[in-house]
Amino acid sequence: MTEPAMQIRSIRNTLARAMLGLAAGLVLCGAAAGAEEAAHGEAAGEHGAHGVDWQSWTAGNEVTNTASLQRGAANFVNYCLGCHSLKYMRFSRMASDLHIPEAQLVANLIPTGAKPTDYMISSFPHADGEAWFGRAPPDLSLVARYRGTDWVYQFLKGFYVDASRPSGTNNLVLDGAAMPAVLSDLEGVKAAVIGAAAGGHSGKVVEKFETVAPGRMKPEEFDAFVRDTVNFLDYAGDPAQAQRRSIGLWVVLFLLVFTAFAWLLKKEYWKDVH
Amino acid sequence: MGASNDGLPVRTGFLGWLNKRMPVDAFMRDQLTGYYAPKNFNFWYYFGVLSLVALVLQLVTGIFLTMHYKVGEATAFDSVEYIMREVPYGWLLRYMHSSGASLFFIVVYLHMFRALLYGSYKAPRELLWLFGMAVYLALMAEAFMGYVLPWGNMSFWGAQVIVNLFGTIPVIGPGLVDWIRGDYGIADATLNRFFSLHVVAVPLVLLLLVALHLVALRHNGSNNPDGIEIKEKKGADGKPLDGIPFHPYYTVKDLVGVGFFLVAFAIVVFFVPTFGGLFLEKPNFEMANPLSTPEHIAPVWYFTPFYAILRAVPDQQIGALLMALSLIGFIVLPWLDRSPVKSTRYRPLRWKLALTVFVVSFVALGYLGLKPAEGLYVLLARIFTVLYFAFFVLMPFYTRGESTSRVPDRVTFHD
Amino acid sequence: MSDIPAPAGAEVDQDRRGFLTFATVATGAVGAAFTAVPFIASWSPSERARAAGAPVELDVTKLEPGQMVVLTYRKKPMYVVRRTPEMLEHLAGHDGKLKDPESKKSEQPDETRNTARSVKPEYLVLDGTCTHLGCLPKARFEKALPELGADWPGGFFCPCHGSRFDLAGRVFEGSPASQNLRVPSYSYRDDKTLVIGVGPEVTGAA
Repeated sequence: MTEPAMQIRSIRNTLARAMLGLAAGLVLCGAAAGAEEAAHGEAAGEHGAHGVDWQSWTAGNEVTNTASLQRGAANFVNYCLGCHSLKYMRFSRMASDLHIPEAQLVANLIPTGAKPTDYMISSFPHADGEAWFGRAPPDLSLVARYRGTDWVYQFLKGFYVDASRPSGTNNLVLDGAAMPAVLSDLEGVKAAVIGAAAGGHSGKVVEKFETVAPGRMKPEEFDAFVRDTVNFLDYAGDPAQAQRRSIGLWVVLFLLVFTAFAWLLKKEYWKDVH
Repeated sequence: MGASNDGLPVRTGFLGWLNKRMPVDAFMRDQLTGYYAPKNFNFWYYFGVLSLVALVLQLVTGIFLTMHYKVGEATAFDSVEYIMREVPYGWLLRYMHSSGASLFFIVVYLHMFRALLYGSYKAPRELLWLFGMAVYLALMAEAFMGYVLPWGNMSFWGAQVIVNLFGTIPVIGPGLVDWIRGDYGIADATLNRFFSLHVVAVPLVLLLLVALHLVALRHNGSNNPDGIEIKEKKGADGKPLDGIPFHPYYTVKDLVGVGFFLVAFAIVVFFVPTFGGLFLEKPNFEMANPLSTPEHIAPVWYFTPFYAILRAVPDQQIGALLMALSLIGFIVLPWLDRSPVKSTRYRPLRWKLALTVFVVSFVALGYLGLKPAEGLYVLLARIFTVLYFAFFVLMPFYTRGESTSRVPDRVTFHD
Repeated sequence: MSDIPAPAGAEVDQDRRGFLTFATVATGAVGAAFTAVPFIASWSPSERARAAGAPVELDVTKLEPGQMVVLTYRKKPMYVVRRTPEMLEHLAGHDGKLKDPESKKSEQPDETRNTARSVKPEYLVLDGTCTHLGCLPKARFEKALPELGADWPGGFFCPCHGSRFDLAGRVFEGSPASQNLRVPSYSYRDDKTLVIGVGPEVTGAA
């Protein structure tokens, strides 16, 4: 075999072995993860067959859907701002990003006395929160970032009747939640039949829901309501995201053009070397 | 006036004035057009210059972030959100800096791997390797302190855990921890001093170490994928037969590498800046809360291999010691490896196997460090920790008496 | 360049090299310029600064006749003076002692280039920054104050270098300042609400 061929083979061997080893390591870790998933899967499979798989509810929101964001903003102002602040978000910023005209902003979304440039601070007396609920209502500016949109979606849809709680309700996602079921006139009131927790599976196992009292919205309407609200919180957590992605497209395209020129330049000069 | 100007052109005008006062032309010749690098550099040789690019990126974005960031436990977190929302393009500065840190480590790890692959740490480049290790250590300190600055909940608890490790040192431990923190727990005092170190002190140290690293490199010239010294075979003109001038050939080639790097960087910054919680961790979007620990305390991904080693041992003190020792192997590597052959290409199967096992262990430990320490993960972490240390500890033995017959005379080409 | 190995066979295509070098460098330069934009833009006033720089309002009916209040607008002091009829009378009669009695060279909205230098004669609105080097002139509304001379008609006196301005902010001869005090952009939302920051544009000269 010729010299170059030997070198090529030795490189291929090294690379092949490196790849094999890496693959082996990853497979090992993947197996571990798979084992973990399987353990979950068994429990999930059990109540997947007869139960509510609430942990696979996803928000499915699109931050580019401005109409949804506008609805979500209205939802937030009407149902959440009473207790929860968005201390990093100005009314005017929200209006500008969501294409809400200033007149409508002032008329419908800003509490009396506040200026458009003010931050969206709730008028809820913070100190009383602990006394009334055991915990002051937290600021929600970043909740979609540190919990995730799916978590918030499941939380808002996860209230159920629980007589043992001072608020009369509990929450699937956040056990012992101090927050009352503020959306119950929209969603209705439901009881959850909680099953025994399967081994290794975290989170409450819900056999089924039972309607205690109907709400003003149909289930799909309520889902859309929650989705819009979560969408708005997703936006509120990172308001620049739409702009970021649109600029990003141009940046990447430009850099690809630059790299193409650099490549051709390199190829041209390296003719000397080969 | 003869032609002798040390071989440099005789200049007039501004360039003549300049060259009489600073060795500009000499520098260009010695470092660029007259500096000969091996012509067989491959993919693995991009990561040195990419590390430099990453360093510059971090310095520039860091400088601009410092113009708006407000240090202090009451103001830091809010000031980061202020940058993200209210400073024009503040979000871009922030994401460039946070993504840049992770990409810096990716590039540095690949750069270090190249050295392992081709024996770039071997004589006469041991000092180059040591300076590189010093850069790596300084970089880890810089990243650790930088992560505390946003004062998120993971910033706080990560700092708490790591600083507490110093408490395991016998005798001086507890006092040392209070001294590092400036308080009895991670506090305002800690944040302030980390800010000063992160913004001023460690960057200066980094720049100095990188400069020394480059001086040591240029003194002997680069190694190459075949691990042969190109200066041993010179042509009639006194230049290495297997070398080509750094400028224009490698300036032009590195530009392509930089282009690809920037594309990857831009994709991350503009489309996936949190990278699924790996580059910007979810708990850090909540302000530091001394009364509430995040569910899983994990350091950022580039520290997780060492974190996994720390947790592999049930005893905190020994775990901390082992974690510290895990770097010693890297540092003394030039003296552990007994083989006279530099490049993996010409080394026997047992070396290739050892290196593969090491890389797999390092990556596996990194993955395991992200996971909670329970069940199968603990066992795997222990296995890979043993393999990791075995690579270094057994090296003097398995690298002895390696065959040398296949090392070629001249470089081989696999561009 | 004799040390560079010659390409196998072909000549070096300098034109192509030149073009590609130019194309790469040009693209790189354009890229560098675009990259500089966010860094430079990050220095512009942030949303917080712009919100703090929002127009300020004042209920002018709350002012006593002859009283002056100082508001802050965009980090600058704004003087609002409720002039009495007597004070308005004292604006006449000393044009000869003023550097720019008809406010031809001062910075103010064109609507206010009248003797009283205001939209409504009763209320004077001025940028309280001396046009010399930026100190805050002090109110000296009484006539014939001993330290200012028997023919002092009332106005503003700047303590730093001695510039003097009348009750419409017009600068007297002999002052180091060369321009009348600036008038900001302002308007009245209704009969009692003065809004500084909303109004006709300020121009440099008539």
